Amino acid sequence: MNSVPTDPREREPFETSATPVPYAVDRRRFVGYVIGGATLVAAADLVLADPPPANAEIPTLPQPAELYDLNDMLTDAARPTANLITVTINEDGTASFELPRAEVGQGITTSTAMLIAEELDLPVDRVRVTLAPARPELLFNQLTGGSNTTISTYTPIRVAAAVARVTLLDAAAIVLGDTVAGLVAKGGVITARNGSSVTYGELAVKAAGSAGSRAVEVELKTEAEFSVIGTPTNRIDALAAVTGQKDYTTDVAVPDALPTMVCRAPTLNGTPVSVRNQAQVEAMPGVTHVAQVSTGVAVRAATFGQCIDAVRALDVAWKAGPVAGESDATILRKVRSAQLPMPKLPDTPLAQTVSGDFTFWFRSNSAMDTNSAIADVRPDGATIWSGLKSPIVAQQQIALKLGMSPDKVKVNVVTAGGSFGRRLFFDAALEAAEISQKMGAPVKLMWHRADDARVGRTHPLGTCRVQATVSGTNVLAFNQSLTCVETDFRHGLGEIITAAAADLPGGVGNLGFAETIFALTQEVPYDFGAVTQTLVETDDRFNTGSMRNIYSPDVRVASELVVDKLAAKMRMDPYQFRRKFQRNERLLTVLDTVAQAGEWGRSMPTGTAQGIAIHKEYKGVSACLVEIDTRPATTGRQIRDAVTGPRVTRVTFAIDVGLAINPRGLEAQMQGGINDGIALALTSSLHLRDGHFLEASWDNYFYTRQWNTPPDVRVIVVPSEEKVPGGAGEAGVAATFAAVACAYARATGTMPTQFPINHDQLSFEPKSFVPPVPESPTNGLDLIS
Amino acid sequence: MPEQTFIVNGERVTVDVEDDVRLLWVLRDLLGITGPKYGCGINVCKACTSHINGKAFNPCAVPVGSIGSEDEVTTIEGLPGEVTEQQRGANGLHPMQEAWLERDVVQCGYCQPGQIMAAVALVNRVKAEGRQVTSADLDTIRNICRCGTYTRIREAITDGASRM
Repeated sequence: MNSVPTDPREREPFETSATPVPYAVDRRRFVGYVIGGATLVAAADLVLADPPPANAEIPTLPQPAELYDLNDMLTDAARPTANLITVTINEDGTASFELPRAEVGQGITTSTAMLIAEELDLPVDRVRVTLAPARPELLFNQLTGGSNTTISTYTPIRVAAAVARVTLLDAAAIVLGDTVAGLVAKGGVITARNGSSVTYGELAVKAAGSAGSRAVEVELKTEAEFSVIGTPTNRIDALAAVTGQKDYTTDVAVPDALPTMVCRAPTLNGTPVSVRNQAQVEAMPGVTHVAQVSTGVAVRAATFGQCIDAVRALDVAWKAGPVAGESDATILRKVRSAQLPMPKLPDTPLAQTVSGDFTFWFRSNSAMDTNSAIADVRPDGATIWSGLKSPIVAQQQIALKLGMSPDKVKVNVVTAGGSFGRRLFFDAALEAAEISQKMGAPVKLMWHRADDARVGRTHPLGTCRVQATVSGTNVLAFNQSLTCVETDFRHGLGEIITAAAADLPGGVGNLGFAETIFALTQEVPYDFGAVTQTLVETDDRFNTGSMRNIYSPDVRVASELVVDKLAAKMRMDPYQFRRKFQRNERLLTVLDTVAQAGEWGRSMPTGTAQGIAIHKEYKGVSACLVEIDTRPATTGRQIRDAVTGPRVTRVTFAIDVGLAINPRGLEAQMQGGINDGIALALTSSLHLRDGHFLEASWDNYFYTRQWNTPPDVRVIVVPSEEKVPGGAGEAGVAATFAAVACAYARATGTMPTQFPINHDQLSFEPKSFVPPVPESPTNGLDLIS
Repeated sequence: MPEQTFIVNGERVTVDVEDDVRLLWVLRDLLGITGPKYGCGINVCKACTSHINGKAFNPCAVPVGSIGSEDEVTTIEGLPGEVTEQQRGANGLHPMQEAWLERDVVQCGYCQPGQIMAAVALVNRVKAEGRQVTSADLDTIRNICRCGTYTRIREAITDGASRM
């Protein structure tokens, strides 16, 4: 037994059973393992996650998300799965760890390396974090979503690293002839009292466990002892990225996996009937295969350029897709007709009702790195490479598609160039597997940008209605109803919910999973009397999915705009109104922080204004104060193939995320979320016309660009009283979107009723649908700069 | 098949491929130079931005046959070679790459090689005009970043310009 608590206060008798069950001894002491291996392999079970803390603040009428939120559910769903994560000490003195999550830009490989470095007393740059392939034994515990990675892995990863450290110290005591108490571990070197020392690398083999595993009790560092956690740290993958060495799926070299693309139908989700000129396309330069598959006609060639030419040349008979003939207007009518009636609220001199009704158009979560996957399908098995946030479900679905058992399908997780929710699905991996099987050859499938924008998943169109009843200086009731096209959660989150739903409080366990996600994430963070929030979803024909922050951006925009209306009704300043009705101390702190740092209430010229909003989710709280310029000189800026319009000129954003593992990474996530919020408010949406989305590239879908981004952005990471981390990846979007909407309404004197505000104006000439991808230009040398 | 000869990152290369294949695919699919990324294929997103004879261009929009045998193409992999060894920083990289590292600009990283190549060309152009990079200059950059790293990009370009 290697139990070595060094702090005398913690030295209490501890006995382990013959077959120890991994568990927390208390908040800081845990049991992990040393596993047999060539070098030291230390392990911990994800069952070690702390139980959800008893809620500190109990409001009068708690909403489900306050007591038990989506992250509690994701963490609890992980709890019963007995499975190990391991930290390996290598002979070169490095530690390595396979993270069972997907790095998509959010910085979890860096924060994970920091957790390991902290407990191991090893520099961060000596920790190698890679992405684990699909591990079916992890059951529900290999899903990257809900900003849950750090929340769910914070304790287990540190326990595994602490087991490694304790074991290295034991081995060093023998080598150096000292007692463990006399040793100091620092920077990967253990030094004895007599000055002799030994490195982790030299101990890696000596400390290795024999066959089987043995339990080790460890004590984690206290927050006061942290020297890595909480220290701003640069990303571990930055050097690779800035030198072009960071590999994404299409950069991975797999022998004979030639470039492959798909020719798609002119209506959304249309399907191929027949190819009229297959032989002609097969004879084109570079082309090796043409194959009709379920989603279109696939082409494999020596280069992607030749794939594009072949896709453009294909003459295909199509069966129209399920939304043929539909447009934004017809879908909105369907959503409107599915709306539940709002309760009849009083409107008398004593009790008045304030309301709002907002439309949120379809939006795209297309990342820079388009949907892509490499598939090498053989008769006896298949290997897949792709950026996947739910690799276990992907493995099961691909196996089903190929008619193989899941253990014949190896699924490798590749670092992805962005996700924004899109990589919860595995559309490209499934398609690549089908194509490779059909062609009998390995393929490197890449979606054209036009397909990624038009056929890739969207944030559903929806409406959000709000009614609030005011009496004097009180808000008596606040009702909010979101109605939208269905959000697809069939990537496996549903399975988690099936596993966890029975234990959910508040009677939400019997709701559908969209309802469950909604109930567990949404709340009105104000003391507004009787609060109700409802969700109705109505149309399952679209390719949808969670987009960064899921329901919250739309729900919070509708709420905060009506909050500004309520403030006006009571003749109160919007900031002071938010303070008055705030019941959460942490929210009050971030609100005050942005008001002060962002100079709330400063004098602004006509046509410019400030807006302020708050948000609470992922165990953290945030507030945003923006300034917007809607004057003609700004909105009238002419930039080719661009949307200019109003410009957010200054953003002050404060977040209390709980324990911030890497404040520099957290700041980066907020900066990104700010640009997302601005895009959602002002510029970016998809337009459905005649059964297809029009947007086919970045000169059609207007995500925030340099000419839109605020020149002045300040993110303040507020010191937190919380001892555990919250989620970072999505936390910047909702408050920013809401603050921009509020600022725009104040600057123009008109409250917008649809988002983005420019949706009615089509700002581009749509590209062709037949052929489905645009021609590659040839004038690049005329445009050098 | 025609032979295409040109210079990439200081080395002369010869590739057998049709004239009309765009240079991006010759670099990525045939030469294995994967720093320039595909983001749209129509010279909009600028993720493939590289240099030709020291100026920014987008190989997704250039048929390989229009590249001359003496043309020097530089991708992110060869960027440090555009400055002398003395001008390179702590990591042996171009001053703009060093500024990028120090400011921890990268999130997913996919667009960043193109961002850096565009930034270097912008700074070179502005310096040739005998002036400093302004906020208005930064507003003209067309490279898209879907992670929204624009704030740090702006800081890094200003920082990198002072080192160049």
